[in-house]
Amino acid sequence: MSNISPNTIPNTGKFSWIKYLKDRPLWVDLALIAMAVACYFLFPYSLAFVTRVLIVMIFVLSLDLVLGYAGVATLGHAALFGTGAYAAGLFALHATASPILGLLVGACAASVVAFVSGLLLMRAHGLTVLMLSIAFAEVLQEISNQAGSITGGADGLAGFIMNPILGIFEFDFIGQTGFWYVLAVLIAVFIFLKMVVASPFGLAARGIHQSVVRMRAIGTGVYWKLVAIYTLSGAIAGIAGALSAQITELVSPEVFATSFSAEVVIMLILGGMGRLYGAIIGTALFMVVHHTAASVDPFNWLFVIGGLVLVVVFFVPAGLLALPAEIKRRMGRPT
Amino acid sequence: MSAGLQVKNLNKNFGGITVASNINIDLPPGARTALIGPNGAGKTTFANLITGILPPSSGEIYLDGKNISGLNEAARVKAGIAKTFQITTLFKELNVREHLRLAILERNGFTSRLFRRANSDAAIEAEIDERLDQMNLSKLADMAINNMAYGQQRLVELAMTLALKPRILILDEPAAGVPSSESYLIIEAVAKLDRDLAVLIIEHDMKLVFEVANSIIVLVNGEILTEGTPAEISANPQVRSLYLGERHE
Ligand SMILES: Nc1ncnc2c1ncn2[C@@H]1O[C@H](COP(=O)(O)OP(=O)(O)O)[C@@H](O)[C@H]1O
Ligand SMILES: [Mg+2]
Repeated sequence: MSNISPNTIPNTGKFSWIKYLKDRPLWVDLALIAMAVACYFLFPYSLAFVTRVLIVMIFVLSLDLVLGYAGVATLGHAALFGTGAYAAGLFALHATASPILGLLVGACAASVVAFVSGLLLMRAHGLTVLMLSIAFAEVLQEISNQAGSITGGADGLAGFIMNPILGIFEFDFIGQTGFWYVLAVLIAVFIFLKMVVASPFGLAARGIHQSVVRMRAIGTGVYWKLVAIYTLSGAIAGIAGALSAQITELVSPEVFATSFSAEVVIMLILGGMGRLYGAIIGTALFMVVHHTAASVDPFNWLFVIGGLVLVVVFFVPAGLLALPAEIKRRMGRPT
Repeated sequence: MSAGLQVKNLNKNFGGITVASNINIDLPPGARTALIGPNGAGKTTFANLITGILPPSSGEIYLDGKNISGLNEAARVKAGIAKTFQITTLFKELNVREHLRLAILERNGFTSRLFRRANSDAAIEAEIDERLDQMNLSKLADMAINNMAYGQQRLVELAMTLALKPRILILDEPAAGVPSSESYLIIEAVAKLDRDLAVLIIEHDMKLVFEVANSIIVLVNGEILTEGTPAEISANPQVRSLYLGERHE
């Protein structure tokens, strides 16, 4: 039992940035940003890949809100990523190719889709959610395949050229601007989510995860809260999808693929659910291992990924983020 | 129009089995009523019908004269009906303080707030401290629920339920699983409750029932067998044979 914790510090009620920063280990965040920046200088010829990793991090963060915090298992999160991607692509093609506006459009479109599908999904439980979420993403994939005149069909949506960011920073073809753009959005999303998970709303999400029965008993409308969480997550997934569309200037129906939805779940499990940082670590690890293994052996890389998942799930079931605690626990045990 | 809770002709069938049969109960403000009866009599079911966890087959429930039968569970909590569970269902990864915080935030309708920290409301934090103190839980405030003794968990549950400021409080076997050495904590907590609160306590422990209740309802096979003061009930030969486990001579 600890008798001194941040909670026991007398609360003045006023929000204080000094206290806020003191309460949390800012150096972790700074170190993570430094690592991303280091990648920029270390791998100047792999910026496309590095940027892709950052985009997927945003997507996995959005999943963490739903799966890690609220405990809703979905295998169709790509539905929201894909919606954001197509919305941003179509918007750039037909309206304006402003990147920032495109992000907003992607976020709005995906949150609308999340809200509507959430009305159905959040009524269901467990395996049913899993099945429905897969079905939903596959329907969207089929639509994007079929509606060729709008979406470009199986060839994908192409032909849009993004404007400079804020009218100043032009996208270059090595991907330098793209990297900084995505990193900036990732940082913004991360700060936003840190605030969300520390808020009353975030606490309620954890409550729903841990005991739906008890949440109802304290008067929470659990269903609507879940729909709200899913909608918020949709907005962030949509931002990730929009970024992907803007960076590659191409959207293919593969953005809805169930394999993609499954991969991001694995990334989150690898890193550790319900702590945001797990999404960052899990994504980086999964994608780097995937990238490396696939370039060494394009046919058998799945074995490497499978092995990695098995090892982590077996030895650190709570994800890599729990590794220090796990080592401490094992070492501390008398032999 | 009468204050408090009125249950009128409440029935509940599971398939062909009747577990609540024509139940009428009046729970005015200040009531300290115990609901007793053998295992499987339908006590928990009855509590779940009142709180809206289960839909009744027929019958109505009124709160302060208003028919609340159509409200769902969460809405009934907001209307002022709260219940503790027979088996605790707490948040296994939240500490005691966070349990109370969540309940109070929800009571105030604050759980939709995104842009402030959950622990940044000074009035709420002060209320948490006060409630922890009342239940002798202050020292355990930062302890994870999983590491607490069962009796303490029941106190947390009770504190959390009271934090909802209900007008009707239903306690489903609050002392179940609590070592008898600790059941006085529950008795004390109930004794300290606001006088105006209407309390329905479902309990097996007769010592506890006689200490806190001034009126007892005996439920058998989903039907009210009899009701009366503790003295009347303990003198009732039917109750003694059916419930208190004494044989007819
Ligand atoms: N969800 C349910 N479905 C079917 N039968 C149930 C259900 N819940 C309770 N019962 C039955 O209703 C009866 C009353 O149960 P319960 O209300 O838990 O009794 P008590 O709390 O008095 O011990 C029991 O026979 C039980 O098996
Ligand atoms: Mg019971």
